[in-house]
Amino acid sequence: MKRFTRDEIASRVARDIPEGSYVNLGIGLPTLVANHLDPAREVFLHSENGILGMGPAPAKGQEDEDLINAGKQPVTLLTGGAYFHHADSFSMMRGGHLDICVLGAFQVSKQGDLANWHTGAPDAIPAVGGAMDLAIGAKRVFVMMEHQTKSGESKIVEHCTYPLTGMACVSRIYTDLAVIDITAAGLVVLEMAEGLTIPELEKITGVPLSAA
Amino acid sequence: MVNKIVPGLRDALAGIHDGATIMIGGFGNAGMPRELIDGLIDQGATDLTIVNNNAGNGDTGLAALLAARRVKKIICSFPRQADSHVFDGLYRSGELQLELTPQGNLAERIRAAGAGVGAFFSPTGYGTLLAEGKETRLINGKNYVLEYPIHADFALIKALKADRWGNLVYRKAARNFGPIMAMAAKCTIAQVDQVVELGELDPEVIVSPGIFVQRIVQVNGVLA
Repeated sequence: MKRFTRDEIASRVARDIPEGSYVNLGIGLPTLVANHLDPAREVFLHSENGILGMGPAPAKGQEDEDLINAGKQPVTLLTGGAYFHHADSFSMMRGGHLDICVLGAFQVSKQGDLANWHTGAPDAIPAVGGAMDLAIGAKRVFVMMEHQTKSGESKIVEHCTYPLTGMACVSRIYTDLAVIDITAAGLVVLEMAEGLTIPELEKITGVPLSAA
Repeated sequence: MVNKIVPGLRDALAGIHDGATIMIGGFGNAGMPRELIDGLIDQGATDLTIVNNNAGNGDTGLAALLAARRVKKIICSFPRQADSHVFDGLYRSGELQLELTPQGNLAERIRAAGAGVGAFFSPTGYGTLLAEGKETRLINGKNYVLEYPIHADFALIKALKADRWGNLVYRKAARNFGPIMAMAAKCTIAQVDQVVELGELDPEVIVSPGIFVQRIVQVNGVLA
């Protein structure tokens, strides 16, 4: 079996984003998607701190402290981009105006519940940021994550054991093993790593799967 | 003649009392009113409740205010960061209370205070730890959590330009919380890089109209 690399996962997500979409890419793995968007197709990237039409990182020496992304990294603004305040920015999320958001996750349940903000460890300092607003706000929520934890447990689960970020909010999961849609009829496998079969994937995942 | 421009930081921060609730603008360093925060440390008010998206970075700005033990409580969405060691230490030792709020609810609670809204139902956080104990309601088939406004005695914000009536324009993504915090506080104090003549700001592009701003102080910003 040949697992998808992080760049292959990001490239697959990028291909599923239609031209004209308003998209928020979460911190971490999802930011890789930006590198794979076809520059010939116009996609509007939203940044929660108040940017639409966010561009790539600036050239060295061109960084501007007032122009950063949600991860507080320096970015640029594309021609035609706009700035706005925080209540407007989160209205774009909560109000259902974003077409797609791409998030990382600790766990996703088969109902589409998402856990990505808190490990639940008693000594952890909690920090949520915009995760909960993104989870429930965008029209479609894509999750990008490793299929399994470092110790080999599936991150797609019957019920999340980590504290939830949002309930029944995930539309599609992209992992190093598969692309899986969450539907009313259950989890549907759209694509798998080369050499993998549905029964094998089901065994790794631990919840029922069906072929598209 | 109305003139909201004050000569210096001391005048700008006059009257901030112990126990005050203070909103501080900024998202990370973008839009953080550094000089006003340093001025607040010198001014000496203590026992403060601070509203900010974060809980300080490194050892300057908000982190320095926390380190000076002036803050009893912080209302924010994202306190834990790679360089939030000042907050982390005070939180773990129980010296600082934390009210953690999803970022969009934080923004909307601030906006609601400025808009005179008594409370609102938000879908964000429903079914999570951050909604525990809160009133919920099913509206048109969707679940919501009741959220209350956050009012403040003072807001400290940063803008690019102001005129003597308090009209403001911001710079790039440094705008973030400035406009809504200006609405939500009884007294909004804005530090600006540039003070311009009345009429120089295009009325079509003023972001915060002067009604939301009480004091302006110019600081020596370095900007192209």
